Amino acid sequence: MSAPAIIEAKAVSKWYGQFHALKDINLTVRRGERIVICGPSGSGKSTLIRCFNRLEAHQEGDIVVSGVALHGKMTNVAAVRSNVGMVFQHFNLFPHMTVLMNCMAGPMWVKGVSEKEARKTALTFLERVRIPEQANKFPIQLSGGQQQRVAIARSLCMKPDVMLFDEPTSALDPEMVSEVLETMTGLARDGMTMVCVTHEMGFARAVADRVIFMDAGQIVEEGTPDAFFGHPRHDRTKLFLSQILKH
Amino acid sequence: MLYPDTVEAEILVHKPWFVATMFGVVLLLFMAFNMSGTSFAELMRPVIGEPSVSGLYGRFAIAFVIAVIFTLNVVLIGFAPLKFQIGIVWLELLLLFIAFFETFHLSLPFIREKLPFLISQGVVTTLYVSAISIVIASVIAVAGAVAKLSSNGFAYAIASFYTSFFRGLPLLMQVYLIYLGLPQLGFVINAVPAGILALSLCYGAYMTEIFRSGIQSIDRGQWEASRSMGFGFALTMRRIILPQALPVIIPPTGNQFISMLKDSSLVSVIGVWELMFLARTLGQKTFQHMEMLISAAMIYWMLSICLELIQSRIERHYHRSKVR
Ligand SMILES: Nc1ncnc2c1ncn2[C@@H]1O[C@H](COP(=O)(O)OP(=O)(O)O)[C@@H](O)[C@H]1O
Ligand SMILES: [Mg+2]
Repeated sequence: MSAPAIIEAKAVSKWYGQFHALKDINLTVRRGERIVICGPSGSGKSTLIRCFNRLEAHQEGDIVVSGVALHGKMTNVAAVRSNVGMVFQHFNLFPHMTVLMNCMAGPMWVKGVSEKEARKTALTFLERVRIPEQANKFPIQLSGGQQQRVAIARSLCMKPDVMLFDEPTSALDPEMVSEVLETMTGLARDGMTMVCVTHEMGFARAVADRVIFMDAGQIVEEGTPDAFFGHPRHDRTKLFLSQILKH
Repeated sequence: MLYPDTVEAEILVHKPWFVATMFGVVLLLFMAFNMSGTSFAELMRPVIGEPSVSGLYGRFAIAFVIAVIFTLNVVLIGFAPLKFQIGIVWLELLLLFIAFFETFHLSLPFIREKLPFLISQGVVTTLYVSAISIVIASVIAVAGAVAKLSSNGFAYAIASFYTSFFRGLPLLMQVYLIYLGLPQLGFVINAVPAGILALSLCYGAYMTEIFRSGIQSIDRGQWEASRSMGFGFALTMRRIILPQALPVIIPPTGNQFISMLKDSSLVSVIGVWELMFLARTLGQKTFQHMEMLISAAMIYWMLSICLELIQSRIERHYHRSKVR
């Protein structure tokens, strides 16, 4: 493994009040790696990836993103965040802006890119997620799958080093799941570094370099898709997989 | 509009029981008044003879005719399309209103003589006092709302003390306190700035609460998306949160603006020559109070209508991103 680390978490712990949400998490994400995180609801998957752009604060251990350590007194959190794209379960597009403006806002207001340049970038990435013709609509006029693809394009416009996905297909109608997964697969093929929280096991098998299983705030098991799905070692992993693959 | 049902119900004003009840109520109501002295009774002279001696029969006849006209009117309006209904009902209410003012026997030449000054001095002062106050109040409201939502103890304490104090005191008292109290501290302040200050502070306090609830109504996900892209607090507030909060904020804020327009009349007590002040003083010399008061009332009303129209335009504008 020679590629440089983009996210490095060492002995990370996080509490919500008395509740120990993340327990001694160690994880390194290297450039170009695709990581899938799965685990039962409430196991701390969202909390973990939200620590990676400091939407949440961790209390113990170190998290270093693109060489910058995240902590409460940092002054350049905006620079780190603009380098880490995040896609949410509920899209969180800006409903008062057109699709195009959603994609232009970040580059223009954070990176100081000119409007012309931002428009060009936005159209390129809308093309890439295959919805350039919706550019001048408002988010509510789009289907769920289209909205999520806009959200992906919005993040890509910031030209991030790594993309975090928090259950991007969980809020979608079944027939729209595949269009979003295809977009993500395309990204992976182009070499984007990705950390995906998802229960789409087909996607994990096809795309992931590593699959990580979390339970009760801990990383229980981690391995290549073949090893993970073929020979899960822990009982909790086996139970989880049997539940999720039953259907 | 409420959520419209797609199944048409029978129109209320065409239901027999409703028409009958309405007819009965109007009949009884007008039986209770002695209408024999009115011009309407004069019109009925061919039927009831000399109105003043027509007695119970005359009363009944008059009330009956009025009830028939009223009911017929309502039923007929029921047939008209929605836009017409609204227009006709407005017009009729307005006519009734004018008929009411007719009974004061106002002197029109006097009104015509004083109206230009009432507008050039009174309306202009009222407008600029309220306009400046509205702008300052909005600025205070944004700052106050942010302070009330912040985790800074000082900011929260100051903002909540401010809203509590200025919402808790009668506006009239604030006007006096500022105009008479500030000079005690060494700030001699003119009547107009004092009035503007009082209005801004009072309305800023109400609007702080409106803005706060508007900001709070925005989904947390908007903050998260914005912060995750590297937007700072000010940028998020200005570009993401406030624009979305505006549709929530605007209807109650429009209310506040209209209310402020009229409450600006309170600064007349410290001698500002705005609309209310002139309305009270112009008619004094010749004891023609009603002329000026009613003119001023109409002017206030028209100004409010303008604000209502502006408000509905803005609401329509923000409706855009909500429709599929
Ligand atoms: N803001 C919060 N305050 C308190 N507890 C929280 C908060 N956010 C999450 N939690 C708790 O932390 C645990 C992990 O949550 P989360 O990371 O959202 O789980 P997952 O994404 O794996 O379903 C859950 O038990 C949840 O109740
Ligand atoms: Mg989650």
